[in-house]
Amino acid sequence: MLSSITQAPVEAHSHNRWEPYVDNGGTSLAIAGADFVIIAADTRQSDGYSINTRYDPKAFELSNKTVIATTGYAADAKRLVEVMEQKAQSYFHKHERVMSTPAMAQLLSNTLYYKRFFPYYVFPILAGLDSQGKGAVFTYDPVGNMERTVYVACGSASALVQPFLDNQVGFANQRAADPNRLLDRETARKIAIDAFTGATERDIYTGDWLEIFTIDQTGVHREKRELKRD
Amino acid sequence: MFRNQYDNDATTWSPHGRIFQVEYASEAVKQGSAVVGLKSKDNVVLVAVKRSPNELASYQKKIVRIDDHMGIAMAGLTSDARVLSNYLRSEAMRSKMVYGRALPVGRAVTSIGDKAQTNTQEYGRRPYGVGLLVIGHDDTGPHLYEFNPSGVVSEYYAYSIGARSQSARTNLERNFEKFEDMPLKELIVQGLRALRDTLQQGKLLDTLNTSIGFVGKDAKMTILDGEDTQAYLDLLDEGEAMETE
Repeated sequence: MLSSITQAPVEAHSHNRWEPYVDNGGTSLAIAGADFVIIAADTRQSDGYSINTRYDPKAFELSNKTVIATTGYAADAKRLVEVMEQKAQSYFHKHERVMSTPAMAQLLSNTLYYKRFFPYYVFPILAGLDSQGKGAVFTYDPVGNMERTVYVACGSASALVQPFLDNQVGFANQRAADPNRLLDRETARKIAIDAFTGATERDIYTGDWLEIFTIDQTGVHREKRELKRD
Repeated sequence: MFRNQYDNDATTWSPHGRIFQVEYASEAVKQGSAVVGLKSKDNVVLVAVKRSPNELASYQKKIVRIDDHMGIAMAGLTSDARVLSNYLRSEAMRSKMVYGRALPVGRAVTSIGDKAQTNTQEYGRRPYGVGLLVIGHDDTGPHLYEFNPSGVVSEYYAYSIGARSQSARTNLERNFEKFEDMPLKELIVQGLRALRDTLQQGKLLDTLNTSIGFVGKDAKMTILDGEDTQAYLDLLDEGEAMETE
């Protein structure tokens, strides 16, 4: 008879659990050329419907040859960049030369996978010149899956920017175009700027400032441009 | 100094209050080729004589970069110097990560001083066999420190360690009051002049055996070797010619 007395199961509540990750929004992209690469990111840092700050750079020089752009959780992105900068320094001390971009790319993949069971909530893009001097873009997921590509967009407006790049850089769905043709500097820069102005219009998390890095054999050059602040 | 019953390990005092193993370690420093350090109000410079064991071999690196704002020159057991410089490099990076600022030079040298001291007070360990001149620029200006195997650390306006370094020290003692307002280039040449006094008869400073390092208010830690030292060696000879006229 006691066995007929049953209690309603206690609810395992998930409404008030502390969340270790936050999405701070923002967008990044990179486009590779024959002897250069551009990598760009906006600077707005958000939390839900609030703006934390209008100027928190998302793209950083890891060396005079390589730039990393990060979207996702800003705290994890900052720490990831600090860790990568330290590894670049250690490499420089040990080998008495700057780490090449492909080496840095592999190192980033390993660094991300190292935290496979508590990942960096970051979607990095790495850009630089490969050992032949050609533009190289590497794209990652938060646990280090790596792919070398010609162009990519990441972040809150990636769904808007990536198809635009597919059409304008990859010449997708354009019958008469050569999909293997690489862009020149000025065209790539204009496409990047247009991608961001478009993304700023429709994505609330993208705007304020845009920083564009151009990497070629003379080094890394940074350009800062305004974006709409609404 | 002769062999005696108090010199077997670093944990034995002599009746006169000496620890011979530590003193013997300092002898190793005196065997290394000379390095000279000197500072002005904005910059601090290291110059060193590099040695090569024979014609087939390369010249041993004497000056090492620790961080953008710090560098060291070594005299003595270069393997011990490598261990200490790797330690300093990781301490410098740790300082940036933990405190968000460059490691103050004084703190860097006291940390290796303390590290070296433990080797003078533990049974079974030997003291480090290298002396260092540590240069750096932090928010209290340019600094030059000497590090000893005993763990003693001292700050200097100008100093020299290594073989025949007394000649360089004498030169520096005569001239150091002029260094305060000297521009960087002249400071380097002054250092080379003092360094030259440590060379044996007939030997000269050239692009193979000379190493220059400097850091300052407007200069990140930079090391010059080979052809890059030629410009300064030329100024050294010009100065010579002027002095003898």
